[in-house]
Amino acid sequence: MSVYQKNEVEEVETSRTLSLVVDNQPGTLARVIGLFSGRGYNIESLTVTEIDKLRSLSRISLVTRGTSMTIEQIKSQLLRIVPVHIVRDLTLEGPFIKSELALVKLVVKGANRVEALRIAETFRARTLDVTLTSFVFELTGKPSKLDAFIDLMRSLGDTEISRTGVSAISRGHKTETKLLDQI
Amino acid sequence: MLVTNDFLIESINKMKVDYISGAEAVIKALVENHVEVIFGYPGGAVLPLYDALFENKKIKHILVRHEQAAVHAAEGYARSTGKVGCVLVTSGPGATNAITGLTDALMDSIPIICLSGQVPTHLIGTDAFQEADTTGISRPCTKHNYLVKDPNKLCEIIHKSFEIASSGRPGPVLIDLPKDIQLSNVKYENKKNKINNINKNISSYVDQNLINKVARLLLEAERPIIYGGGGVVNSGPEASKLLTELVNILDCPVTLTLMGLGCVPNSNKRFLGMLGMHGTYEANLAMHNCDVMLNVGARFDDRVTGRLNAFAPNSKKVHIDVDKSSINKVVHVDYGIVGDCKNILSALVQEVKKLHNQKSMKTKTKWWSQINEWKDKDSLGFKQIGQNIKPQQAIKSLYEKTKSFDTYITTEVGQHQMWAAQYFGFSKPNHWMTSGGLGTMGYGLPSSVGVQIAHPKSLVIDISGEASFLMNMQELSTIVQYKLPVKIFILNNEWMGMVRQWQELNHGSRYSESYTSSLPDFVKLAESFGISGLRVDNVNNLDTTIDDMINIKGPVIADIRVEKEENCFPMIPSGAAHNEMILSSHDNHKDTSSEGLALV
Repeated sequence: MSVYQKNEVEEVETSRTLSLVVDNQPGTLARVIGLFSGRGYNIESLTVTEIDKLRSLSRISLVTRGTSMTIEQIKSQLLRIVPVHIVRDLTLEGPFIKSELALVKLVVKGANRVEALRIAETFRARTLDVTLTSFVFELTGKPSKLDAFIDLMRSLGDTEISRTGVSAISRGHKTETKLLDQI
Repeated sequence: MLVTNDFLIESINKMKVDYISGAEAVIKALVENHVEVIFGYPGGAVLPLYDALFENKKIKHILVRHEQAAVHAAEGYARSTGKVGCVLVTSGPGATNAITGLTDALMDSIPIICLSGQVPTHLIGTDAFQEADTTGISRPCTKHNYLVKDPNKLCEIIHKSFEIASSGRPGPVLIDLPKDIQLSNVKYENKKNKINNINKNISSYVDQNLINKVARLLLEAERPIIYGGGGVVNSGPEASKLLTELVNILDCPVTLTLMGLGCVPNSNKRFLGMLGMHGTYEANLAMHNCDVMLNVGARFDDRVTGRLNAFAPNSKKVHIDVDKSSINKVVHVDYGIVGDCKNILSALVQEVKKLHNQKSMKTKTKWWSQINEWKDKDSLGFKQIGQNIKPQQAIKSLYEKTKSFDTYITTEVGQHQMWAAQYFGFSKPNHWMTSGGLGTMGYGLPSSVGVQIAHPKSLVIDISGEASFLMNMQELSTIVQYKLPVKIFILNNEWMGMVRQWQELNHGSRYSESYTSSLPDFVKLAESFGISGLRVDNVNNLDTTIDDMINIKGPVIADIRVEKEENCFPMIPSGAAHNEMILSSHDNHKDTSSEGLALV
């Protein structure tokens, strides 16, 4: 432990899901990522896409890990970035939905092909591509569900995985419309 | 029909009048943002801007000799005036040279606008001549930066940059200007009255409830201390007055960080001197033993706190800062107040006055007698024995000789900087320019250029060390060109003194590469630039040399040969706490802990 750190009982690190609204400009993502790498914070998952063409705004959904003091620090550091407009801590705000999409290619022959399809059906995965020796499945849902599916597929044959990272939104009727209008 | 045609021609002419070149628009926008001086160095990618400057009468351009110096000069200008400092550099090497200065400004929260040239937009990404990814390189060392790709957004970006640089916690903003944008046709747009959404962390709203709680806490404290920093300077002279008023009403001891010196006049009897690694014994022990600490515009820097787990262990802490991310960053505080020091202090002073009338304040006689006991240790005491000049004596004499003038001090980084902070007294804010956060050797000389430009009639002194001076001594040429009567006061001990001191204390006196050999003859160096050089090595001649330095009309290099192996004390060794200070080399101190050895 560094002597510059607080000598208290280390608080447990928890996983937090942050939802950011940022200007869709070159450099904004670099700024956000640079903040995490420069200050030594973790990024467990990150997704970015434009959500408002008219105002040119993007959403960054970000999963990070840290003590509550670190998370508070991350949030205030993020707000210092000029093109970052909104920083929400979904974990802290209340119930929220976390969803992710995975594309899983499985190379498989013989009896395991039936098994693969059966598992895919159980997980409600869609079959997007079929050849005599392979499948491509598409699955959405909680990251833990995706993990489980991918583990099973790996035991059946050679796999190739592409995942989007977590996208998240709060439950209930509250929206950000008012906050967005102030930008 | 004819009428319509005339109207058309007229409006076309009008349009022509309205359109100016991008470069002209940039200069016009600078003027609209009250820029009077710009520090820069020309090059291929900024020629259109220099062309626009050539015709301009409102902005004075100061030609520096290195782009790093341009930024430091702008910092000196900004810090001594409270205005935004402005820099103009070319693409590639011009921009990369400016990076140290920008980082320095970011660390010390100095408002700077840096305009950099860039290769034309169609060449970006082709490794063109003098191309560098300037926005990429400068991203982590600016508060914000822009690459202008659309001439229609040029004016708006410049106006917004000034707002970003100067509002909230100030900092440097870089605007990268491709050459084709400088040559394009632009319709000039004036600054909008209100620019939204820059400082989302700050509101002008003052939480009266919180102010009330803090005021009570301060009034009920038995052993309070106020610790002020650079944020008070940045908030304007009014904030310094309010801080002094608060100190006086509360009869509370006050200490200041390196960046905050001058906020409370050194003559104030409640001022304990600077705190931290080379702060006074009384300031550090008062911090260690206080029951209530009020931090105004400082950021619990590691030079100030010492070992964190032993930092003011039994105190309630209040932190006022304009930057929310400074609160609870390294030290957990009981009350964090986000806002501009001036606004918060004004509310706090009012509240304290109001409550003070209603009830009596806790007597602080015991606390003051304790502090006076610490003061009696005379931690800044030194013995000037023999003919050799003690560096402390040099600064002390300099202070005595210059305190009747309106004196501005800049410094480089190292022992001389700490001695200047310890032995020079500051009675006003904005009169002390030093590189605190980044610790940039070579800051002082270019900074003094900016200060002297802003205050042509004042006495500007760069307190320097011989090693730091060598880092940016090309600026002598700038000083001569603009006839700036800067006094360069070099404490010459032929060592990188602070490096040598740490090697003595932590590395068994193995002085690896810390000797400044092959020094120039500073008097002849001065003469080669056509300015005066003085040298003194006998303490009996120190005063007359300082008098001569002040009385000579133009710039002077004063080579003050000081005691070579003098160390800077008192000192909190790295990894130690406030109450583990050492007062001299003879002090019995434990060896630096292994954790401490790893610290800077």
